[in-house]
Amino acid sequence: MFSNFDFGVIIRALPYLFYEGMTFTLMLTGLAAFGGLVFGTAIALMRLSGYKVLGRIAGVYVDFMRSLPLVLVIFWFYFLVPYIGQWLTGASRPISVGAFASSLITFIMFEAAYFSEIMRAGIQSISRGQPAAASALGLTYAQTMRYVVLPQAFRNMLPVLITQTIVLFQDTSLVYVLSITDFLGAASKVAQRDGRLVEMYLFAAIVYFTISCIASFGVRRLQARIAIIR
Amino acid sequence: MIEISHVNKWYSPTFQVLTDCTTSVTKGEVVVVCGPSGSGKSTLIKCVNALEPFQSGDISVDGTKVNDPKTNLPKLRSRVGMVFQHFELFPHLKIIDNLCLAQEKVLGRAHDNSVTKGMQLLERVGLKEQAQKFPAQLSGGQQQRVAIARALAMDPIVMLFDEPTSALDPEMVSEVLDVMVDLAREGMTMMVVTHEMGFARKVANRVIFMDRGEIVEDAPKDDFFGKPRSDRAQKFLSKILSH
Repeated sequence: MFSNFDFGVIIRALPYLFYEGMTFTLMLTGLAAFGGLVFGTAIALMRLSGYKVLGRIAGVYVDFMRSLPLVLVIFWFYFLVPYIGQWLTGASRPISVGAFASSLITFIMFEAAYFSEIMRAGIQSISRGQPAAASALGLTYAQTMRYVVLPQAFRNMLPVLITQTIVLFQDTSLVYVLSITDFLGAASKVAQRDGRLVEMYLFAAIVYFTISCIASFGVRRLQARIAIIR
Repeated sequence: MIEISHVNKWYSPTFQVLTDCTTSVTKGEVVVVCGPSGSGKSTLIKCVNALEPFQSGDISVDGTKVNDPKTNLPKLRSRVGMVFQHFELFPHLKIIDNLCLAQEKVLGRAHDNSVTKGMQLLERVGLKEQAQKFPAQLSGGQQQRVAIARALAMDPIVMLFDEPTSALDPEMVSEVLDVMVDLAREGMTMMVVTHEMGFARKVANRVIFMDRGEIVEDAPKDDFFGKPRSDRAQKFLSKILSH
């Protein structure tokens, strides 16, 4: 079956696939996960703050983001932001936002909505006695969050957070709509240039599968190490 | 030390949990608050360090008004030790770190000093060997003793106990009460919500009896156990002392 496959194509394309493609994919995943986590935690805190207006704004944001397909958001963001920028700054021409910056911001905003829900569940899983005990010791609200509630919430939520990041790693391939050369984009370019679609897409699938599997396995190991002894 | 005057608290317009509660705790005094469950005693003690808000009346601790919006609550709370029914140790921190966290973040003590202080207090409650363990590795009684040490590490001017032995297995109650008795005998000002009448008999100066959100009886210990004036207090005592 594999007799007329040319696996040499893959070997020759390896430097390009990994140096260009995978570097971009991993960078986008890492930065988006980090930004999404920070922004998502802020949104979660807004929703739990007890200030109705803040909670409402955060709620609407999360619902809005979760009701749109990611590809659509990436697409819209890329084409709309230059005009929004132009309108905001009053410039005479649309502001140019690079494809990378545009996709990164989109992913951060999108992931923040998902991370915030994970964080919210994590924070709510901490019994109310914990913040009460922390404030009784004189810790301020911010200190209570930072030293008592969030460290526990993060530990409880870490498996889900990383699983979501693995999903994000796969989702970054959607930047193909902006013709960005991520890993899949690179594979796709080589595939079309050399006319070796089956080999390249098969290889890309194996790489995504392997990395995601290893990461999932790592999550279980990590979880066992950092879990709070109960 | 603690002045509570005409405190009213409602959970909803139709559900009043505290009705016109007035009492005080003077320096060095040990006051036991008892009463049937749902009588508002835990709520009252949580109002003292503003963990629970209340709608009318005044509470002041060492001259500082708790219900004044201008009061720096974290600062006030750092001087009021509190021990909870369910211990509430921080499960992600080692025992010694449980004792150090607030010393360092609130009082600004250097790490070495707070560790020294923490170890002294752990020794005092008999748990020095457990310093490097996590809370879940300790028994309930041990955890509650750590919680007392954690509160003492802040050098509080008064200690509040909210049913400190209610969540414990019977055989662990006495180890916690022993620590509290020692503390009382050293002259610590204490307000203790508890059903442990033996503890009240041993060290309390006054006993407050609450029922349905009201302070029904507020009397010196001997008067309270000798001849409680109200029917409700008599009934309560006969129920818990008959076993």
